[in-house]
Amino acid sequence: MALLSFEKKYRVPGGTLIGRDLFDFWVGPFYVGFFGVSTIFFAALGSIMIFWGAAQQGVWNPWLISIEPPPLEYGLKMAPMNDGGLWQVITLCAIGAFGSWMLRQVEITRKLGMDYHIPFAFSFAIFAYVSLVVIRPVLMGAWAHGFPYGIFSHLDWVSYTGYQYGNFHYNPIHMLAIACFFTTTMLLALHGSLILSAANPEKGEDAKTPDHEDTYFRDFIGYSIGTLGIHRIGLFVALSAGWWSGICIIISGPSWLMPDGESWIEWWDWWPNFFTFASIGG
Amino acid sequence: MAEYHNILTQVQVRGPAEMGLDERGIVAKERGVEPRFSSLLGYIGNAQLGPIHLGMFGTIALFLGTAWFFLTGVGMLQSVDWSWQALWRDLWWISLDPPGEEYGLGFPPIWEGGLYLIASTCLLIAVLSWWIRSYLRANELGMGKHVCWAFAAAIWLFLVIGLFRPVAMGTWSEMVPYGIFPHLDWTNYLSLNHGNLFYNPFHALSIVFLYGSALLFAMHGATILATSRMGGDRELEQIYDRGTASERAALFWRWTMGFNASMEGIHRWAWWFAILCPITGGIGILLTGTVVDDWFSWAVLHGFAVEGGLYNGPS
Repeated sequence: MALLSFEKKYRVPGGTLIGRDLFDFWVGPFYVGFFGVSTIFFAALGSIMIFWGAAQQGVWNPWLISIEPPPLEYGLKMAPMNDGGLWQVITLCAIGAFGSWMLRQVEITRKLGMDYHIPFAFSFAIFAYVSLVVIRPVLMGAWAHGFPYGIFSHLDWVSYTGYQYGNFHYNPIHMLAIACFFTTTMLLALHGSLILSAANPEKGEDAKTPDHEDTYFRDFIGYSIGTLGIHRIGLFVALSAGWWSGICIIISGPSWLMPDGESWIEWWDWWPNFFTFASIGG
Repeated sequence: MAEYHNILTQVQVRGPAEMGLDERGIVAKERGVEPRFSSLLGYIGNAQLGPIHLGMFGTIALFLGTAWFFLTGVGMLQSVDWSWQALWRDLWWISLDPPGEEYGLGFPPIWEGGLYLIASTCLLIAVLSWWIRSYLRANELGMGKHVCWAFAAAIWLFLVIGLFRPVAMGTWSEMVPYGIFPHLDWTNYLSLNHGNLFYNPFHALSIVFLYGSALLFAMHGATILATSRMGGDRELEQIYDRGTASERAALFWRWTMGFNASMEGIHRWAWWFAILCPITGGIGILLTGTVVDDWFSWAVLHGFAVEGGLYNGPS
């Protein structure tokens, strides 16, 4: 059994949400719990479904395996297994597995006496996925609008869907989401660097302290947010990236939002129109 | 159950400003800008703003960075016939553009890309000067040079896009226009002109590290905040002398996914994920149009794309 030197005293019963002590044990390093069982169930079923779909299509090149959503004609109904039903079952399995994983994180959080930031954060990733395969398809009236499950086919979906709206770079919320992704990556580089540079100083130097961290960043850019603040801002920007990614695709497509099916390029017409309206410039 | 919550700092202790360490006794007098305090910043992190050590390279960087910004504005103004009204009306659409293809790697007249090349030179020197500071400030404190190397990774991508690839392609016209929508259009056309950048494996890797960085920071930030009442945010102390915060943070991930980093190790994961994003991205851009002209055809050739594409809209 792979126990860390200090692990034994933390392996205590309790903290489960359901099932009391029924699944309250570990397998190797993994905690099980009721939601560990449900995670395994959904993940295994979904994976088997993908392999089954691949077998039916006779595609075994891992880059090209693709499970397609149902055709438009089925709307929001269940589709036959070999005509998109597989995609629907896999989607259910994925949501079941992600949700179980999150609840398992809640149980582990409780067991370790931590706060709930991690499952809360994971819920944003689940939201981003659900926005693509449930919220937007439902708003548009057909599961057909979900993305296909395949390594390169989902990229083709992104290309296709992006160009449906002219140029997706002009979607203001997409801009915001990208800005958050870039920012969180920069912040991660800076935070990782700062910790490593303090804990791994130049040869012959003593290990450094938070005072060195603050001094470095104040000297460098005039501000040091501090050891607690960097994790708040890093988590916030990372979650914002996921959140706005979900929003930016939800607002692309539903007819009550885009009655003329206009492109995001034309969406910006309000800006020069405002100037014309206000008779500023010509 | 949880009696400790850590969303905002509720009590802000305000003492005299921290002026920074000065172990060799020479940098204190080089620091400028009277420190100020912002309660708003204090809710999230440190309330103190300033001081800063600008020095020669900081001054050069700020001066030339500002020059780049104003030259871009001048170019935009020129493109709308010097009308201030039109500058605001068209602000999102206009840009200071690189030279046309006909000038190759030569120096064009001022309004046909010359100004763009001057502005670009200002930006290049400004960025490199700021980079030098990232080294000098760490050296002053005897710290490692990790920020400097991470910054260098970003500069690699910047140089690939603005210098190495244009030179390899034999024309400055490959450079990126300085404008809001125009730089997005540049990105769009780079992909369209080279058969869909999604099929560029290095672009794919770069996105993996971009999303991976967001994922890692969400995981790491959440883990630290979730253990902050045990002192999880005191990372250096936890690295030097492991406490219960580190142990719980590690066990959380061990029990969740069967693997955990150490308090120091997570920052190595973070550093590598973050810097590999621009490193792989830069490789991908450098190959585009120079070594590989059409990524889609290249993918078909190598068996990870099929003619006609894998998805052509809802059926």
